Amino acid sequence: MALLEVKNLEVYYGLIHAIRDVSFEVNEGEIVALIGANGAGKTTIMHSICNLIPKAGGTVFFDGADVTRIPAHKLVPKGIGQVPEGRRIFQELTVTENLRLGAYTRKNKAEINDSLEEMYTYFPILKERAKQIAGTLSGGEQQMLAMSRALMSKPRLLLLDEPSMGLSPLYVKTIFDMIHTVNKLGTTVLLVEQNAKQALAIADRGYVLEVGQMIKTGKGTELMNDDGIRKAYLGG
Amino acid sequence: MEFISILINGLSLGGVYALIALGYTMVYGIAKMLNFAHGDIIMVGGYTIYVFFTMTGHPLLAIAAACVMCVVLGVVMEKLAYKPLRGASPLAVLITAIGVSYLLQSVAQMLYGSAPKTVIIANFGVVTVGSFSISIASLLILAASALIMTVLTLFIKFSKVGRAMIAVSEDRGAAQLMGVNVNGIITVTFLIGSFLAAVAGAFYLLKYPSISNTMGSMPGIKAFTAAVIGGIGSIPGAMLGGLLLGVIECLFNAFPAIAPYTDAIEFALLILLLLVRPNGILGKKRREKV
Repeated sequence: MALLEVKNLEVYYGLIHAIRDVSFEVNEGEIVALIGANGAGKTTIMHSICNLIPKAGGTVFFDGADVTRIPAHKLVPKGIGQVPEGRRIFQELTVTENLRLGAYTRKNKAEINDSLEEMYTYFPILKERAKQIAGTLSGGEQQMLAMSRALMSKPRLLLLDEPSMGLSPLYVKTIFDMIHTVNKLGTTVLLVEQNAKQALAIADRGYVLEVGQMIKTGKGTELMNDDGIRKAYLGG
Repeated sequence: MEFISILINGLSLGGVYALIALGYTMVYGIAKMLNFAHGDIIMVGGYTIYVFFTMTGHPLLAIAAACVMCVVLGVVMEKLAYKPLRGASPLAVLITAIGVSYLLQSVAQMLYGSAPKTVIIANFGVVTVGSFSISIASLLILAASALIMTVLTLFIKFSKVGRAMIAVSEDRGAAQLMGVNVNGIITVTFLIGSFLAAVAGAFYLLKYPSISNTMGSMPGIKAFTAAVIGGIGSIPGAMLGGLLLGVIECLFNAFPAIAPYTDAIEFALLILLLLVRPNGILGKKRREKV
């Protein structure tokens, strides 16, 4: 059974029909990439899964339960963590405070402290900057923070929205290595990317989205070798 | 030496403004709305003190009752009038808040009439040092305001709820993705704001022992001015703006020739400041999210 199952999703922005009849699933343990050009509706899908924006139709199942209408904040304790597009870290708070907010729904203080140390081992730079105001971090550091912050809730499913956006190649590698590591440690990943090459390289499966509709799906490697996809998204 | 006595009076009046301004600024920062009925919470607190004080003769009991009454009022107001408008146009929320304000004033007028009533809950007298005298009430208000503001600052900085409040004010969506219940945080914000307004109302009565159904308007608008001067949305800004406004007010009131124009001068200062610093003294430009 799929861990996340999105069926016939429909989303409107005012009169604009942004997402049309989109269905996909993410199985436990997988990395699934959702690729598509700017404006295809990738972020809209991510936001509507978590009910940050309302759905006009369709259903979302997580771990077999219908979560279509569960508000965003109640999905976190169920095991869905999201790294939003543009990172959206809390600029006025320190690095540690950001991380602790990631564990907002967890109760056990000792375990939260363990998770904090775990994040510091993944990204030692965050430990160095622990007391620094997060708004002063570089883009790459902010992305590490955003990702660690989401992991602080110990999600079963991690939604990553454009994690490579605006980062130098070195940071892109760090982030994608981390996605790989997190997945190996047992977290299922749904990855939304414009950087289709990077995304398909680590993805088990991929979906291609074009102006609000799912046009293709397949194994990551298959999609990478698909002529149409190469032309449209991988630069020939 | 007279200057010190003016300064203490000014700081204590400023403390009262600051407590009220905190309510405006926190609600603005977190719920993204201007609660123009905030000043009228003071009025409801004033009448609650009046009722309980005439019934029991016990000032502290009356103040405690006012705190409970105002907190309940603030939370209920948010649930009934503002929560249904979450996501509505800011103008709809603004006019609703003005409506709530007039509703509260009219209910008070229906219950107690429009003639002001005098309520002297305590008379502390003055302490004389050398050639000048300071009102003990002013000293107490100053100390109590300072204490309350310190506790609030520590609460926001170090408690889990406090950090969630900062998170919601900065990015509501991201806060939800952390598992923060935004509606719950907004309720807590109204609760704290209304409590501060009740306390400020009690202090205000110690200084000006008269209540009427419109008594909340002037301190309300002054405190709002203070919040804007300090930078609306900023908690230290509200404190600074309140204290500044209180001192300016007492300073100008000390000169008989200027005193009648104090209010005009205060609001003129607001306009001048906004020309130089549109975001207020401690306000910062926020990134607009798309």
